[in-house]
Amino acid sequence: MDIFFQQIINGLVQGSVYALVALGYTMVYGILGLINFAHGEVVMIGAMIALTVLQSLLAAAFAPVLAVLLSLMAAVAVCMALGYSIERIAYRPLRNAPRLAPLITAIGVSIVLQNLAMMIWGREYHSFNLPFASTSHHLGGAVMNDVQIVIVIVALVIMAGLMWLVHQTRTGRAMRAVAENPAAATLMGVDINRVISVTFMLGSALAAIAGFMVSANYGIVHYYMGFMLGLKAFTAAVLGGIGNLRGAMLGGVLLGLIESLGAGYIGDLTGGFLGSHYQDVFAFFVLIAVLVFRPSGLLGEKLAERA
Amino acid sequence: MSLLEVQDLKVSYGGIQALKGISLSIAQGELVTLIGSNGAGKTTTLKALAGLLHPASGKINYQERSLLHIPAHQRVANGISLVPEGRGIFARLTVEENLLMGAYVRSDKAETAADLERQYVLFPRLAERRTQLAGTLSGGEQQMVAMARALMSHPTLLMLDEPSMGLAPLMVEKIFETIRDISAQGVTILLVEQNAKLALEAAQRGYVLESGAITLSGAASELLGSDAVQRAYLGA
Ligand SMILES: Nc1ncnc2c1ncn2[C@@H]1O[C@H](COP(=O)(O)OP(=O)(O)OP(=O)(O)O)[C@@H](O)[C@H]1O
Ligand SMILES: [Mg+2]
Repeated sequence: MDIFFQQIINGLVQGSVYALVALGYTMVYGILGLINFAHGEVVMIGAMIALTVLQSLLAAAFAPVLAVLLSLMAAVAVCMALGYSIERIAYRPLRNAPRLAPLITAIGVSIVLQNLAMMIWGREYHSFNLPFASTSHHLGGAVMNDVQIVIVIVALVIMAGLMWLVHQTRTGRAMRAVAENPAAATLMGVDINRVISVTFMLGSALAAIAGFMVSANYGIVHYYMGFMLGLKAFTAAVLGGIGNLRGAMLGGVLLGLIESLGAGYIGDLTGGFLGSHYQDVFAFFVLIAVLVFRPSGLLGEKLAERA
Repeated sequence: MSLLEVQDLKVSYGGIQALKGISLSIAQGELVTLIGSNGAGKTTTLKALAGLLHPASGKINYQERSLLHIPAHQRVANGISLVPEGRGIFARLTVEENLLMGAYVRSDKAETAADLERQYVLFPRLAERRTQLAGTLSGGEQQMVAMARALMSHPTLLMLDEPSMGLAPLMVEKIFETIRDISAQGVTILLVEQNAKLALEAAQRGYVLESGAITLSGAASELLGSDAVQRAYLGA
């Protein structure tokens, strides 16, 4: 029973991170019909920037809480600039090219960012320690620490904020209009390039926050961390229905739960044959199952060709 | 003094020349119609004026200034509004959100709210459906959304591309009545229509476009009576 409850908690925490990253995939897909495979690397860059800034601020004797906040803000700022530049430099020139071209470009951008990170931060794992203790709380036999509680709460607040922005503001309305019919949106006076830039920057800001969260939760960062995380968040977006914001959130949390419950019980289920290190397999089972049985995802509309 | 002056406008799609050098002018406050058969280049003309297509050559002067280097999204703020063929409504936005998109370039919130109410007076049908997704409306209602949305931008020049397309006769009548109302309020209108009779009856002047060239122009009443128009478009 307590394993079950514990795995639920772990799943929710990891699922919150997946949800934030999945939102970035789904927002860009919704507007451009493009899978931005470089998005996982933006998460990684966010984590690396946060690490570097945090370490230097602590070395300069900044107050711990201030150092954490500033490093998070630095990561967000750098990632927004990065997301903006990726779109501007790599994707915009290919806006009217056949779909395969931007897809291959996305993979190229991803490789470039990985290698850049490897050159700057090296191939080794870095530990990412928050400058204060994270108290553990016992909840009916399971444990949840402060960092995990903060991750879930912050993710919820951010997602609520994003939904508000997309559904209640002028900018959000313009985003939805561009996603649906760019030419008609232009006729309303919307500068679609600006809206696309804003979309990339928003997604990248969420990626930076997610990067900070995973790093703080696992205490470790690495130049390759964005690859698997990105792939899983993409899976989450597909599970929820790519292009659908609520779907990305639902898919993220569900994938976190599936993974962690799967990892918790895979040993028992296979009589000890497979261990919890097979955790990653679940995400891809989910991806394949969704693509085979429900390609439009849980909340997605029937995949119609865009006009 | 003319509001819009088009000279020798040429537009091509790849190698195909859709407009072979057309010239037309519209005075402030006029209702002008552009008629012609399928594929004549009517939509192409409106798209070039709205900035969605880039002409190969020619001049487009609006309020004495060239529009050629002004991107489409900025032309709206200059008072040029196009209700596109097929309406181009945002199906997944509500009726009210569609109308608010029309006011995207306007910043005055109080005025926008007043404009919304004005549209609901003009189109009471939309008032009942303000929270409904626009994609679930009937064709006629969608045409109302498209026109109301265009009016939300306070256009100086309103361009309508086949507003009667696919509508039942009663709805066509209602749409044309609205076009006359809008015109009476002083908005300059360029109306593209297949329904040449209705269009010429509503308009003051008309142009006939054939295979990318203007073949006839003049007062609407004269065109309506001319043999060429009678034969080609009115089935007489
Ligand atoms: N995107 C395009 N690519 C290639 N050719 C095009 C394109 N759009 C229009 N054309 C061609 O340009 C010509 C003019 O088309 P346009 O749509 O302007 O006609 P129209 O007068 O609006 O016709 P309709 O009454 O059927 O709407 C046609 O021959 C059409 O086939
Ligand atoms: Mg047409």
